[in-house]
Amino acid sequence: MVTTPLLPSDYLDLVSPLRAGADLCGRIEAVHPETGDAATVVIRPGRGWRGHTAGQYVRIGVDVDGVRLWRAYSLTSPTHRRDGRVTITVKAIPDGKVSNHLVRRVKPGTLVQLDHPTGDFVLPQARPAKVFYLTAGSGITPVMGMLRDSELDDVVMVHCAPRPQDVIFRNELHDLVAEKKLRLIEVHTDTDGMLDIARLDELVPDWAERETWACGPAGLLDAAEGHWTGHGVQERLHTERFRPGIVVAGDGGEVTFSASGKTVAADGATPLLDIGEEAGVLMPSGCRMGICFGCVTPLKAGAVRDLRTGGITEAEPGVLIQTCVSAAAGPCDIER
Amino acid sequence: MTAIDPTAHLTSEQIEELGRELDAIRDEVIAGRGEKDAAYIRKVIAAQRKLELVSRGVLLFSIFPPAWLLGTAGLSVAKIMDNMEIGHNILHGQWDWMRDPKIHSTTWEWDHVSPSEQWKHSHNELHHTYTNVIGKDNDLGYGIMRVDEDQKWHPFHLGQPLWNFLNACFFEYGIAAYDLELGKNLHKRRRKTPEFRARAKAVGRKIRKQVLKDYVIHPLLSGPSFLPTLAATFTANLVRNLWTHSVIMCGHFPEGVQVFERRSIEGETRGQWYLRQMMGSANISGSKAMHFMTGNLSHQIEHHLFPDLPSNRYAEVAVKVRALFEKYELEYVTGPLPKQVFSAWHKVFRLALPNKETKAGAPDHGKELVAA
Ligand code: FES
Repeated sequence: MVTTPLLPSDYLDLVSPLRAGADLCGRIEAVHPETGDAATVVIRPGRGWRGHTAGQYVRIGVDVDGVRLWRAYSLTSPTHRRDGRVTITVKAIPDGKVSNHLVRRVKPGTLVQLDHPTGDFVLPQARPAKVFYLTAGSGITPVMGMLRDSELDDVVMVHCAPRPQDVIFRNELHDLVAEKKLRLIEVHTDTDGMLDIARLDELVPDWAERETWACGPAGLLDAAEGHWTGHGVQERLHTERFRPGIVVAGDGGEVTFSASGKTVAADGATPLLDIGEEAGVLMPSGCRMGICFGCVTPLKAGAVRDLRTGGITEAEPGVLIQTCVSAAAGPCDIER
Repeated sequence: MTAIDPTAHLTSEQIEELGRELDAIRDEVIAGRGEKDAAYIRKVIAAQRKLELVSRGVLLFSIFPPAWLLGTAGLSVAKIMDNMEIGHNILHGQWDWMRDPKIHSTTWEWDHVSPSEQWKHSHNELHHTYTNVIGKDNDLGYGIMRVDEDQKWHPFHLGQPLWNFLNACFFEYGIAAYDLELGKNLHKRRRKTPEFRARAKAVGRKIRKQVLKDYVIHPLLSGPSFLPTLAATFTANLVRNLWTHSVIMCGHFPEGVQVFERRSIEGETRGQWYLRQMMGSANISGSKAMHFMTGNLSHQIEHHLFPDLPSNRYAEVAVKVRALFEKYELEYVTGPLPKQVFSAWHKVFRLALPNKETKAGAPDHGKELVAA
């Protein structure tokens, strides 16, 4: 009542965004380069942070060019870092808006939004006697979180990267090897070629007896799943897949109105507002020309095209579109 | 529907070309929106909140006259910022592209008795779509005034200078009533429909909260300064109301602004829609501070052409828009605030009386007052 229509938190956020009870966020305190295109971002999470289990990922909301974008990154810090900071390690992917921003541009002091960590790509309570980590590229990040978190007696790791200098955490891995805490096999795909999963028999002869955690591109994981299943030991394999496929923007497509459970075909020129109304979906509307913002609706999946500018908007959490000036650019899901 | 159509010299091809040129201006700004713009609105919001907090803090001691003056001035400015540069523009979706759920047209609530949701409907949808179309755009005289010679005169209009003044003093309540379409709904005994009752309830709730905060809780918190704080908040609301009313009057009422017939917008093309916004709006000239305090509605013409572009960009857009006005030989109605306010009030007084019949029987449009 004292602050209506705002909440007291709107004022407190000005001075203490990391306080307990605030919407969870964190402050970037440092960015350390790891390789030419990867960096570790050190984040001090707000008081509400509940901690994580090694191997889990966190969704982080970063403002890139003024637009808030959310991405998931594995946590690479051990569970109980004494200074309370957590780290994510990000590899810049070509044209990746968020990854390039975090690796190359973000400044210490920046606030980022955080979700609580999640994911079941973690070690079980009862530590397995023999562990195998199979990783490629930035797939090493959740595994690094595990390696740093708990010491295991018998750990083998096969890691694929184009060249030695592309191996993220290479020095640290080699230190672990020197301390006899890890047996490491690096596969340099530029010179050795892609890892042929059949070679595992020779690289890690006892792979089938080991509890395995695999993370990397879809090709590697598909091959691993096939291999483990083929040998009837699929329950020993735990995989973590990266972001599901990139949306390819097309012209028109199947539109699902998920709240009303209707799916209809749409062309690439008809506003989704019209498509929905024709299908009998209750659509909020107003000016029908893009000026009143009375028709904004969450885009749950897929992509839409702005009929005025031709710009493509892809579904991401929190993305709302004006249905009166947007048409389907491929299959999409509208929350109506 | 002025006797002399100031756009008569344009061919329909020219009008569509004009539309394309305006679209290009819009696209350019959209492509260039970024970090700086986001930083701008965040800075304004933070400044507004700090100013409001400090002012209310100072008012706790408003029993001392200097504290009263300082706190009242600060609170007035904070309320103006909240309504104009922040609330009005966020509710237009100008900052939706940032995808920040806290600065979004679907979530923002402002320090105003009209709930955001209702205001968005009557303002964004009705006023901005049907700008200056008699019978469709109720902003044209708020349904209580006659603003064009071609509107029928009624003895009721004799009182319109008074109505307008009262409306200015209690502008936020006027808007809430107007968003409810109170006049129409009282008239036609539509008060009983569940839809109307739900909306009326929402307004009631919002008014209660606002009044409780401004006139009960904060004065109580001030203890011995109860009465001065009460007076201070009342004054701040009054200042805000008079200011916003003046700014808004300047947007569409000054002489030289056109109004349109209902029939004229049937089958309107994009170019024609743009042209109507150009001819139906007027600007206020002045300093940067002036533009800021009007929530950049001093760039009313640009705002009506592009209601969803971030307000901090209107100044740069205005240069290009003005060049188009010149290119197409159209009148860009603008002037300093006192002149525009005078012009608008003059019209209110003039149209309170029935039309003066000129020799030919055509209405006198008071052309001598058309802003140059
Ligand atoms: S209906 Fe007005 S913006 Fe879509």
